[in-house]
Amino acid sequence: MKLLTLNFLTCARKACKATNAAFPLHPKDAELEIVEVELSPLFVRNILPRVEWEALRTLCQDLGLPQLPATAPEPGELFTPNPSDGVEGEGIEEVGEEGEPTQTLKDLHHVLLETTIREGKLVCGSCGHEYAVKEGIANFLLPSHLV
Amino acid sequence: MADSDLRGEAYEAEHVHAVYEQIASHFSSTRYKPWPIVSQFLTTLPPGSIGLDIGCGNGKYLPLNPSIYILASDRSTNLAKIASSHQPQSAIVADSLALPHPLKTFDFAISIAVVHHLSTVSRRREAVAAILGVLRKGGRALIYVWALEQKGSRRGWEEGGEQDVMVPWVVKGPKQVKPRKRKAKTETDEAVSMPVEGGGDRTFQRYYHLYRKGELEEDVVVAGGAVVESGYEKDNWWAIATPRWET
Ligand SMILES: [Zn+2]
Repeated sequence: MKLLTLNFLTCARKACKATNAAFPLHPKDAELEIVEVELSPLFVRNILPRVEWEALRTLCQDLGLPQLPATAPEPGELFTPNPSDGVEGEGIEEVGEEGEPTQTLKDLHHVLLETTIREGKLVCGSCGHEYAVKEGIANFLLPSHLV
Repeated sequence: MADSDLRGEAYEAEHVHAVYEQIASHFSSTRYKPWPIVSQFLTTLPPGSIGLDIGCGNGKYLPLNPSIYILASDRSTNLAKIASSHQPQSAIVADSLALPHPLKTFDFAISIAVVHHLSTVSRRREAVAAILGVLRKGGRALIYVWALEQKGSRRGWEEGGEQDVMVPWVVKGPKQVKPRKRKAKTETDEAVSMPVEGGGDRTFQRYYHLYRKGELEEDVVVAGGAVVESGYEKDNWWAIATPRWET
């Protein structure tokens, strides 16, 4: 499962869901795998405002990945200005409008979409329940006594 | 079958979940054509929208709009595995009544052909409430369920009929030479040919609650939602719902 996914997951137990301690879930014994995903610069730009940056930072720290900056990159850091901008700027097709994706954007793509947990566990910080990740698929089914 | 007290979680485990787990790959190979209402709902969302596909099956709706992010879930591990191949989307294994998502967060959710597998009215409403619960204020969910009113289909269900039914899924065995349409069989035929072996075919029975006209809208309102739009599309009722609460 890609790290982006973890930004939208919490404990499945009712009592935990509303608590801050349950989010984000903490990886344990995680085996990482890099899965190549085609770069879509606009997808990365559009999804970034929806990412809880602090949760992503915590996750990267838990996984021993290179530390992320304290705050999310600004939109202006994601594309190099298009040199043709301002010079006959009108009527330029949308494709070129954003300019070239920067290394910052490519790094985000790599962290959010290409870095995946292949095997391991996800632990709830509130109740301690461990959810298994096998072959890249996280399983959130609860044993009946925990529902 | 009239007593819904006899149904519930254990019943669904046997008559829904176990069946899908077994028929996953065959089911998946037959599920490729998206319903128009669902396509329209997903393709008109603004780029960068984030949402859930609850009960995603093989993930046939995941490739429709690559500019939005969909976190899909299914109770079947085999189906979730198939669904997880659609980049940039994700798939996990989860129960629709115990969703592992932060509340009041998502722009949209879809629940296509899922709620009708829950075997009591309170569980169906709980599922709708769970879907509404993950939506942010103003977020929208498209819920799609099988209709009781299917006069046009060969199943022969219509208004006033039994709403809680078992529906066969036939996996053709290798010996089968003459292809027969699965939908042509009636329920009574199936009850007779139920023995698992028969010309190499295997028949699995799945539980369905067939929705009558207006019932889905009722469930949405009881679950704390408001119906934005609703309608009928080829043997199914659908509703677009939004949470009613203020945040
Ligand atoms: Zn928990």
